[in-house]
Amino acid sequence: MRIRCPYCGERALEEFTYRGDATVTRPKSLEPQAADAWVDYVYLRDNPDGHHREHWHHSAGCHAWLVVTRDMRSHEIVAVEFARKGEGP
Amino acid sequence: MTGTSFQPRRLATGGLIDRTRTHSFAFDGETLAGHPGDTLASALLANGKRLVGRSFKYHRPRGILTAGSEEPNALVELRAGAHREPNTRATTIELYDGLDAASQNRWPSLKLDLLAANQLFAPIFGAGFYYKTFMWPASFWEKVYEPAIRRAAGLGRAATEPDPDHYEKANAFCDVFVIGAGASGLAAALAAARSGARVILCEEDFRLGGRLLAERSEIGGRPAIEWVKAAEAELEALPNCRIMERTSVVGVYDGGTYAALERVNDHVPVPPAHEPRQRLWRIVAKRAVLTAGAIERPIVFGDNDRPGIMLAGAVRTYLNRFGVAPGRRAVVFADNDDAFRTAVDLLAAGVEVAALVDARKGSSASARDAAEKANARYLTGAVIQRVRGGQSVRGVEIRDQGGKIELLDCDLVAMSGGWSPTVHLTTHLNGKPKWDESLGALVPGALPPGMSVAGAASGQFGLASCLASGQSAGAEAARACGFAPSVHALPAASAASDETTASTPLWQVADGKGKAFVDFQNDVTVSDVKLAAREGFRIPEHLKRYTTLGMATDQGKTANANGAAVLARVTGRYVGAVGTTTFRPPFTPVAIAAFAGHHRGQDFRPARLAPSHGWAEEQGAHFVETGPWLRALYYPWEGEEPQATVNREVANVRDRVGVCDVSTLGKIDVQGKDAGIFLDRVYANTFSTLPVGRARYGLMLREDGFVLDDGTTARLKDDHYFMTTTTANAVRVMQHLEFCQQCLWPELDVQMVSVTEQWAQFAVAGPRARDVLQGVVDPAHDLANAAFPHLAAGEVTVCGGTPARLFRLSFSGELAYEVAVPARFGEAMMRAILEAGAPYGIAPYGTEALGVLRIEKGHPAGSELNGQTTAHDLGLGKLVSAKKDFIGRFMAARPALTDPARPSLVGLSPVDRDDRLRAGAHLLPKDEEAIAKNDQGYVTSIAFSPSLGHWLGLGLLVNGPERHGEIVRAYDPVRGGDVAVEICPPCFIDPEGERLRV
Repeated sequence: MRIRCPYCGERALEEFTYRGDATVTRPKSLEPQAADAWVDYVYLRDNPDGHHREHWHHSAGCHAWLVVTRDMRSHEIVAVEFARKGEGP
Repeated sequence: MTGTSFQPRRLATGGLIDRTRTHSFAFDGETLAGHPGDTLASALLANGKRLVGRSFKYHRPRGILTAGSEEPNALVELRAGAHREPNTRATTIELYDGLDAASQNRWPSLKLDLLAANQLFAPIFGAGFYYKTFMWPASFWEKVYEPAIRRAAGLGRAATEPDPDHYEKANAFCDVFVIGAGASGLAAALAAARSGARVILCEEDFRLGGRLLAERSEIGGRPAIEWVKAAEAELEALPNCRIMERTSVVGVYDGGTYAALERVNDHVPVPPAHEPRQRLWRIVAKRAVLTAGAIERPIVFGDNDRPGIMLAGAVRTYLNRFGVAPGRRAVVFADNDDAFRTAVDLLAAGVEVAALVDARKGSSASARDAAEKANARYLTGAVIQRVRGGQSVRGVEIRDQGGKIELLDCDLVAMSGGWSPTVHLTTHLNGKPKWDESLGALVPGALPPGMSVAGAASGQFGLASCLASGQSAGAEAARACGFAPSVHALPAASAASDETTASTPLWQVADGKGKAFVDFQNDVTVSDVKLAAREGFRIPEHLKRYTTLGMATDQGKTANANGAAVLARVTGRYVGAVGTTTFRPPFTPVAIAAFAGHHRGQDFRPARLAPSHGWAEEQGAHFVETGPWLRALYYPWEGEEPQATVNREVANVRDRVGVCDVSTLGKIDVQGKDAGIFLDRVYANTFSTLPVGRARYGLMLREDGFVLDDGTTARLKDDHYFMTTTTANAVRVMQHLEFCQQCLWPELDVQMVSVTEQWAQFAVAGPRARDVLQGVVDPAHDLANAAFPHLAAGEVTVCGGTPARLFRLSFSGELAYEVAVPARFGEAMMRAILEAGAPYGIAPYGTEALGVLRIEKGHPAGSELNGQTTAHDLGLGKLVSAKKDFIGRFMAARPALTDPARPSLVGLSPVDRDDRLRAGAHLLPKDEEAIAKNDQGYVTSIAFSPSLGHWLGLGLLVNGPERHGEIVRAYDPVRGGDVAVEICPPCFIDPEGERLRV
């Protein structure tokens, strides 16, 4: 598998480290009622039949965190963008 | 080597071998001769050797079936001693002078194999026999049955010594990747390379040409080999084309990535100095053209495995390419016209052809013509129902349409059940091949992205269509890469070679006699398939698991199609509906060594060396791997036992002063206006309130509330912090911080960079540490306790102006400093510290003493920070701030994670001071039985404490902090320990911490 890093260009898989689902959002609340939201954030993951947005780190490259949209059925990389909005060369 | 080299079956002329030179080689110790251009198989056949191996299960005599990498039978051990490689295919081994090969799976010899008695017991060796026969008594399986079966079954023996050869890995990139250099592949490569596209052409053989080397075809009115040579010369002259011979493409991966194994030096006895034996390529291509050809199918009939029965195409290869007559009197048995051409080639080589046995009902003009040319009888609607002969074919029983049996003497059977496109590489990304009724074969279905298929691999078998489809696929691939291929006229292929390719496969001779093999390599017969079907294994994937059909080193290349057909017949289904098993990488076997490349032994991964490594080597230090680092374990004096060394190093720190290289700790520079806020959010405790010039212990949690890492962080300036992590977690913490920075809180003004490699850092610990440091740090800096107290941090200069950082941190519990200098000064700094410390009795200490010192003080380290412990478990609950949000805050507060009944950190002292403790021992209540129900925790770390004169330990114990003074059992069933230990606070030395504040 190869990923096109917006900074570094297309690179081989072993330069990157997978983290996981990029669609979950860290809850802001620390109140007890937020327990379900925290459990969702920390543990629960979807396994979609199709496109999935996921975090990858270009760990052997520029150290940018990327949001990679990958087709879970074919491994096709559909899109790669910086996790940090507005980041770019 | 030259000499007498009579080769009884070698033809006087013809073939692509060099008769002017002779290679001497050995097979089972017998010296034989062949020529450059031979394979081991062709050389064996030239010498009249037909019996080459014994089969896997029944030890049946086996010969050479094919002339390519699909060979199931002729597996040999190549080379001797440490270079020995089992299960190599004689059909692909390029002959070299001095080659040494041995047959496999026979005892005591190939001709007299006592284990062939196995075939007498065939009824119990049927499909799934090992699931059924050897079930009772259960204890016999491991002790009796399995060792016996393992001895009797199996293939070659692996070398027992380490492989002395080198293997390497390499990468290549191209626009158009052409897989297979037969007619289609050469045409594709020419079309693409002429357009300027970067082309890589891989061919598993040691010559380009594919089937053109084996057939008497003509292209443009000239022998096809001339066209091959011209194409090769043109491609070689093009700078944008790379030809890789002896290179098998073995796998297809995502993103246009291909794995290929180049046999760089398998055709020489020993690779030249500095060259690898094999090279594993990763080839990344924008487009690929698969021109892998096709594999001929055997026919399933009685005793179809006897030496002397070969695929018809292989017979033509041996005749035409290698100048070898594989027999004296042949019978051709086939269900397609293509195979009957073999008769003409046989006669041309002086081999008598007894008959053409055509399984088809009607008469074929082309086959009849071949029979006439070969002066042979032409029998239509006839089959071979059984073969006569044991170690070699002596004759065949032919059954005609009316059921009449006729015996024909022969020593060679050329058989063909038609051709199957080599679809394997099209299926590695889950593409399913589809059934083509007109071809009677599976053809490629959905293709991997970027791949096209041409020639025989796509089911276009005729030479003219191979050239045309190859050219068009090559041009199309180049066009897709942005090149503009021009149209070149194709040379005309000879009419004779544009044979009809339609086929109505016979597959199997019904009601045959004897053992009819479907899978030669795994000894799977028609009866096995029938039995499996009867027992409910009715789809190919299940059939494969139950009978092993299609497993082993050839992955059923010659067996799968027939297996599916036999299964279809047995279960009354249409063969096209039965399906196939999944082909997976590698296409042909790849040695583990090739996957490892240079990553073996010490070179398994790069070693990171601490800045003082060279100095430590001079001292005769023993080293230990900690993650990728090599760290000094201890510094023995001459004749000193390891334990004595560690005791001495520890005592020297407690009594005088020691120095330790701690550069391997992760070091992260954190800067920015919001650096303090950022650290508050990643640490469980608070750092925004840390004064400039001070350091603090910090505890990091994961978002699930468990401990991630610990370390100290110093504030050098208002907006500048310097963080340390544990050695093991340095990379992980850096990645975590960058995630927090870029993904969670991008609004914070903070930047970080790993500076682990930039700073050499040394711990100077012991009551005389200040005295030592005063000899190193420039006098302008006041090190007095009041001016630079415990947990002070600052920038200083050392050794007359060298910039440095000084931290007053203690892992040992003694008065201690850590001094950091730019890494290039690391070794010099170590020497300077030792020089300055000599008057105070300084001695270096290694990681072993470091561990003892920290266990004596009860500081958690890797064994306690094991990913399953919480701050509360480690007695660090009071560090966890309740005043702010931070990573892990919410989840760490879950009741189960702060339950006092969770195993928590305690100190452990043996009641009998002579007892030794063992890490990993389970902690049980004193008088309770050693069963899982009574398990209350375990020993995490142990050390012999020279300070106390006995072993001590740290452990995690249920309700630990409430049980100080209690005696429990430290039970270690693995090593046989059962020691009474007293629970105590996890700090054995100076619990008030007075020493480090002086």
